[in-house]
Amino acid sequence: MTATTFPYDPRELDRREGEEVERLIRGSQLAYVDEDPFMTSMLQENILVSTVDKMLNWARQSSVWPVAFGLACCAIEMMATGMSKYDIARFGMELFRASPRQADLMIVAGRLTWKMAPPLKRIYDQMAEPKWVLSMGFATSGGTFIGGYSMVPGVNLIVPVDVYVPGCPPRPETLLHGLMALQSKIKTESIMQDRLRQRERFFEERGNVLAGLGLPD
Amino acid sequence: MSTWLSGRDVARLLRAHLPDAVEEEADDCLAVYPGALLDTCRHLQRELAIDYLNNLTAVDYLDYIEVVYHLSSLERNHLLTIKVRCYDREHAEVPSLTPLWQGADLQEREVYDLFGVVFAGHPNLKRLLMWEGFLGHPLRKDFVMPPFPQPPGSPVRKRGEELGLD
Repeated sequence: MTATTFPYDPRELDRREGEEVERLIRGSQLAYVDEDPFMTSMLQENILVSTVDKMLNWARQSSVWPVAFGLACCAIEMMATGMSKYDIARFGMELFRASPRQADLMIVAGRLTWKMAPPLKRIYDQMAEPKWVLSMGFATSGGTFIGGYSMVPGVNLIVPVDVYVPGCPPRPETLLHGLMALQSKIKTESIMQDRLRQRERFFEERGNVLAGLGLPD
Repeated sequence: MSTWLSGRDVARLLRAHLPDAVEEEADDCLAVYPGALLDTCRHLQRELAIDYLNNLTAVDYLDYIEVVYHLSSLERNHLLTIKVRCYDREHAEVPSLTPLWQGADLQEREVYDLFGVVFAGHPNLKRLLMWEGFLGHPLRKDFVMPPFPQPPGSPVRKRGEELGLD
């Protein structure tokens, strides 16, 4: 009979467990110190600190939803910008809302006639803050039709415009450049500016200037 | 390819039935007196099977305003041009083709709006492209656009003041 004992003998198992506990006690005499740099780098990776302005502007500029206001040939280029080659969705403007109440941006794509100007003003009024207007094309910005009998020479006579995009019609890349310019304009805004009051005051001043001009009826 | 009917052949056909209808004839078109327009068109519908009005428009020559009709026969594949001249610019009046062709409705409204030609017998003759209350007919040669008021400080206004304009 050899001196090796059967390893699964209960007394042998107890003995081994006791040895392991003793070993652990002897090795646990030194405490683990809280490693501060380790913890703070984890926090740095997981918590973002910024200003409210920056967050708000980032959110606003990254999801500008245009209202579908294609009037003439510029609308075709706007559609091309929305298609897969010059994707407008990668800038966040994927949903062309049909209702102005759900939209942020009005892309006036195409020439504006005087007869269409009241509906344009109405749709602009129906949009909720924050709202921006992009005048797309040379005719809309007041170029092609200055002496005409039926065209508005520049949509900024009807609504305030933020970005003008030249071209007749502007290529999709030009429109995307205009949209990126609008995004960088949104970046400079602040939550402290009260857009609604500012706009109301602006319209009031403009009404006063118009009244002061004394234009014949 | 469709064949453009010669004005002379059609004039010869018309002269048999309506002797005073044709004012002038040429190889490509036919000029008809305004009073005889409806009878001419009915006759053409019967005899030459011209059943489709393609286009209705007008031209302002300074002596007269000419209303141009492009008609065609769908079964025989013919095309024909008829012109009607109004020498009185103040009271230009032409009978309306709406009893014969419904498609003439909006096109006659457009001609009325832009040229001032009144179409007698039109069910709803009012402005189509320009807005209610617009004075004048823009596509006439003597139409002058009223000057658009410029905001103070604009270069156009400054230039106008330099030149002494209103």
